[in-house]
Amino acid sequence: MPVTLKPLESYRDDFSFANSPAAIARFPFPFPDDHYLYSVNIEPATAGAPGSVFEHCFDIDEHYRSETAERARVLARDPQRFVVMPHMHEACWDALEMLMTHLAADYPEHFRLTRKGNQWTWENFALDICQRFTFGDADTLPYEPLEYIGRQVQGDFALLDQRDGDLYMDAGIVTGPADWSLAFDAGMSFKQWHAPVPMAHQMGVFDRALKYLLNIPVERPMRRLNWTMTINPRLDTSSETFHEWGHERGLVTADNVGRLVHLRVELQHMARLPRSNALLFGIRTYLISLDELATNPAWACRLHRVLRGLPDAIADYKGLTRYRQTVVDWLSRFDPEAEAAA
Amino acid sequence: MNGLLDVRVAAVRQLTPLVREFTLEAEHGALPGFSAGSHVVVHMPAPGRTLRNAYSLLGDPAEAQRYRIAVRLQEDSRGGSRFMHEQVNEGDRLQLSPPANLFGLHSEARHHLLIAGGIGITPFLAQIAELERRGASFALHYACRGGLTDAYRGELAGRLGARFAAYDASAGERLDLAALLRSQPLATHVYVCGPQRLIDGVRSVAASLGWPQGRVHWEAFAAAAPGEPFVAELAASGRRLEVPADLSLLEALEQADVAVPSLCRGGVCGQCATRYSSGAVEHRDSFLAEAERAWQLMPCVSRGCAGSTLVLDL
Ligand code: HEM
Ligand code: FES
Repeated sequence: MPVTLKPLESYRDDFSFANSPAAIARFPFPFPDDHYLYSVNIEPATAGAPGSVFEHCFDIDEHYRSETAERARVLARDPQRFVVMPHMHEACWDALEMLMTHLAADYPEHFRLTRKGNQWTWENFALDICQRFTFGDADTLPYEPLEYIGRQVQGDFALLDQRDGDLYMDAGIVTGPADWSLAFDAGMSFKQWHAPVPMAHQMGVFDRALKYLLNIPVERPMRRLNWTMTINPRLDTSSETFHEWGHERGLVTADNVGRLVHLRVELQHMARLPRSNALLFGIRTYLISLDELATNPAWACRLHRVLRGLPDAIADYKGLTRYRQTVVDWLSRFDPEAEAAA
Repeated sequence: MNGLLDVRVAAVRQLTPLVREFTLEAEHGALPGFSAGSHVVVHMPAPGRTLRNAYSLLGDPAEAQRYRIAVRLQEDSRGGSRFMHEQVNEGDRLQLSPPANLFGLHSEARHHLLIAGGIGITPFLAQIAELERRGASFALHYACRGGLTDAYRGELAGRLGARFAAYDASAGERLDLAALLRSQPLATHVYVCGPQRLIDGVRSVAASLGWPQGRVHWEAFAAAAPGEPFVAELAASGRRLEVPADLSLLEALEQADVAVPSLCRGGVCGQCATRYSSGAVEHRDSFLAEAERAWQLMPCVSRGCAGSTLVLDL
């Protein structure tokens, strides 16, 4: 079914972002269990059910216009959200090719790619773009290739150079990170940029994950879900802008919790870029307010149990500590067992 | 089989009495691109079983519409190279795993020193195409046996000029590794592909000259794929499953409608952990602790030992 794109909504100031019932229904709720702990939760990114967020490698949904507009706004304010080191140019072209071919094949109503040798024509009907360019020649595009296509896709991207049995964050376009910064992590290795994460290192999660990632062949992409929480539907929670959003964690009350607090889920996509051998890491972020989430009481019940039992170290790391109890109290009404105990 | 590429042999060339080159085209659609240093695992439909060997892609990565591989006839027991030499002709069909690269060019090298022994020349053919395109500094040294394992030698000499040197063992020429490595500029990375003694030689000379390990690269094909057939018995029902060499235990269980949860299918996530009560296991996962392996295995990658019966708590 073709995706219908909503008119512009905002991820800042008046926060007019909201999910339609269809978007709620396809939300990637990340908890298979009542308990959450870090694990190497990666699986082959095979085509999922039609209409689900797993159907295509790069999911386009109703928020497409708003998200691309938000990205343009963030990049205008802070060009550092795009990084490319000199040895990553080929990987950027690889990424452009991968994104354009998938988008054109999966969403023909919105995108079209015509290739005649190196002469490519890219059409984006949603954003009214028609671009002729020479593949491999950056002078024929208005931006660097990764930035060019990154501005037209939902989700952030990091490109990892593979060397020395490790991955290095040597390119990326990241305008909506969950409390980290591309400019800060640029050039770091897999374990270096994961250093702030509690517990997982000791559990051996990163050793195993890295080993697996290094061996991903072309055309065998993997995916995983990650989650955190965000106050307001704010996409840009980069460390650089912490002063703009950090204090909002103190605003949560029993009255506004359903509207203010959002579950933030990242659908991460890991794919080998064929010509450069770099790894593409896509981070597709989905936001849902607790009011929206509670329209599915089973989710609300599950989230109640997960948050109640979440290890303090993980809650702290995710920045939930100040408002976790308020959220747990609010969600308890959806948990039959909690009602009985109260 | 899931995710394999179907290809047709478009051309076969006998390069030397021992080396045969195959050009492969997609049966349908286009072949995926690849990076210099990549290999594919070729699945050969031998009578009664599937043979699998890994071969480097030797074509220019910029022209990925066709793949080229070169196969040296080996006197080995499994017979994959013999099959390729004797059974595979133009127009035949084969299956390939998608390309994977465990021998990529290092992005920080100032100079690339490539050392090939015999059929080990193949990954370097792709590498030099890439290095020439980048305008990078490199040299290729080729130890071979004239008329037998010196495929591409004439072509390379013409193309690379002073950046190429060949050492023909049958003419008594020797590659002096110590002298070669000693004369390299700082920040050189050395890459070696060929017989084990050449790889060992380069590694030990580099180590004795104090080269950091990270500057020494050798081709190590993933040992993962092929296995031996074995039998799995399900304790609950007494059912016996023959697990052929080309299926994982997990795939065999799935084909028999035995549900085992799985995620990564690569031995890292821990989902498919299964208890067993007897049998010899070849553990290939990176999840279980040594102690746990006494009673658990990961069927996505691990197998029963050849000829044995593995009794699973399923
Ligand atoms: C190359 C691909 C990957 C990239 C670029 C990446 C990047 C990141 C970044 C930037 C963070 C935030 C760290 C901070 O606080 O500054 C993070 C967190 C994390 N990553 Fe990764 N990651 C990758 C793959 C993986 C994989 C395969 C796993 C598998 C287990 C994983 C597990 C985690 C976990 C558990 C966290 C903490 C998340 C939370 O609690 O909110 N990462 N990652
Ligand atoms: S499925 Fe992940 S370890 Fe077997």
